[in-house]
Amino acid sequence: MFSSVSSMLNAAEKRRLPLWKVILEDDCQERGAGMEDSLRKMNSLWQAMKSAAKNYSPQTRSSSGLSGGDGAKMRSLCPKASVGGKFIDSIIAEALSMGESNACMKRIVAAPTAGSCGVLPAVMIPLAERDGIDDNTIVDSLFVAAGFGQVIACRASISGAEGGCQAEIGTASAMTAAALVSIKNGTPQMSANAFAMALMNLLGLVCDPVAGLVEIPCIKRNVVGAVNAVSCADMALSGIGSRIPPDEVIDAMRSVGDMMPCVLRETGQGGLAATPYGAAAAKKIKEAGT
Amino acid sequence: MGIFDIMGPVMVGPSSSHTAGAVRIGYITRKLLGEKPVKAELLLHGSFAATGKGHGTDKALTAGLLGMKPDDERIPHSFELAANEGMSVKVGTVTLRNVHPNTVLLHVEGLKGRKLEVEASSVGGGQIKICQIDGIETNFSGECPTLVVHNIDKPGHVAEATSLLAKYHVNIATMQLYRNVRGGYAVMVIECDQPVPPEPLQQLSQMDGILKVTYLNMDTEVAEKR
Repeated sequence: MFSSVSSMLNAAEKRRLPLWKVILEDDCQERGAGMEDSLRKMNSLWQAMKSAAKNYSPQTRSSSGLSGGDGAKMRSLCPKASVGGKFIDSIIAEALSMGESNACMKRIVAAPTAGSCGVLPAVMIPLAERDGIDDNTIVDSLFVAAGFGQVIACRASISGAEGGCQAEIGTASAMTAAALVSIKNGTPQMSANAFAMALMNLLGLVCDPVAGLVEIPCIKRNVVGAVNAVSCADMALSGIGSRIPPDEVIDAMRSVGDMMPCVLRETGQGGLAATPYGAAAAKKIKEAGT
Repeated sequence: MGIFDIMGPVMVGPSSSHTAGAVRIGYITRKLLGEKPVKAELLLHGSFAATGKGHGTDKALTAGLLGMKPDDERIPHSFELAANEGMSVKVGTVTLRNVHPNTVLLHVEGLKGRKLEVEASSVGGGQIKICQIDGIETNFSGECPTLVVHNIDKPGHVAEATSLLAKYHVNIATMQLYRNVRGGYAVMVIECDQPVPPEPLQQLSQMDGILKVTYLNMDTEVAEKR
C-alpha cells in the first residue's frame, strides 16, 4: 500500500508501468486477489455510477424536503444562454443530480464518500460521452483516482467528521483531477500535479451541513469539486506544475483538519448550519421528526 | 484502507455511517437472532437520534432486519415492506453511556419466539461494531467470516471450537471471550480468514454445553444452526 504520492510515482517509473497498473498490482498483492478480479470489481463500480446517473428522478425530494430537482433545472438551461457552455453545464447538472440522488436515498457509489459521490462521475460520464472514451480506459483511470485517494486516507483522512469538507470534496476533486490527466495520456507527474493543485484549491473547506444532513451545502459542493478537477487537470496537461509537492499538500490538509474546531466537522453546529436559516431548518426538521 | 474502501461501496444514500452502516447493523442482528424477526424496537442514541430520520437510519435498520444489504434499492420503502411481511417496528431514542455517537440498541423478537438485544455502533465509512449481545460486551465488525458461539462457561469449549476450525483448515484472525458471571453464560467471537464450511458448524452446534452457534459471512448467504 502506498503511503506517499512520491513512492507511487517512483514505483511507476522504476517498473516502467503506467500509474493505474502499479496501483492495480499493489491492490492485488494486498488482497491476495487476481488482476481479473480487481478489474471486474472496478468495472462494476463504473457501471453502477452510470446506472445511478440514469436513475436520477427530477420529481423526487429528500425526506427533509430540503433538496431535489436542481439537477433537472440545470439540465434544462439552454447552452447558448449559459456562461460555461454545453460541456461544463452537463458536468454541473451531473454533479447536482448525483448529490440529489444520494440525498433522496437512491443507489450511488461512494467515491470516496457518499456525500462526495457526485464529483468523479460528474466529469467522467460527460467526458466519456463527448470524446467517445471506452469503458476500459475509464476503469483504468479509476485505479489512478483510487490510488491517490488511498494516499490521502493513509496520511490524512477522507472523513468530514475528522477533516472537514476538504477531506471529502477536496479528496474527491483531487482524485478526479489525477484520473482525468491519465485519461488524456498525461504523465504520472502531471497526474500528481493536477492532484496537488485540486487539493490545495479546496484546502480549509469546512463541513457545516444544515441540520446535520448530507444536503445543504454538500450537493452543490460536488459541483465545485467537479469543475475544480477539470481546471486542475487542464492546467497540469498544459505543463503547469504544483510548486508544493503533493505529499506536503496532503500533510497540510491533515494539519488544517486537526486545527478545525469540532463545530465545523460534520456536527451541524457551525458555519452554514449555524446561520438563522440553517438553525430554523434544523428546528423544523426536528419537530417534524418527533 | 484498500482502494476499494476509497472507490465504493455501491450503496443507498445519503450517508455511509447513518445509512449503509445502519443496514449492516440490522442485517447482522437478523443473523444473530437466527430467525425471521416479527417484532423490533430500535432505540437510537446520539447522532443517530439527532439526524437519524433525515438520514433514513430508521428505514436502514429496518431494511437490514428484513435481510437487505446496503445497496438494496428497496431500503427507502422498508417500513411498508416490514408491514407486508408482518414485522412490527417501533422507533425511539435512548441515552447510552460511554458509546460512539452513532449507536443503536435493538430489541428483536423472532417468529419462533426467540428474543435478542443487540447494541451496535456505526463507526464510519459503513463499518460497524457489535458492542453488546444480550448485555454481554462484544467487539466485532462482521467484516470477515465470523463465528459467534454461545455456551455454558465451562472448561473445554474454547478448545473444542478452535480444534474443529483447525481440522477444517480455517485460520483464526482474532478471538474474543466474554461471559456474564463465572460458570454462567459465555460468548465466543471468532473472526476467521477463510469461510467456515458447514460441517464444523453442524458438529459444534451439537456439542454438549453449546447453546447456539451463529455464523456470519456478509459476502454469501448465511448458515444458522441451533
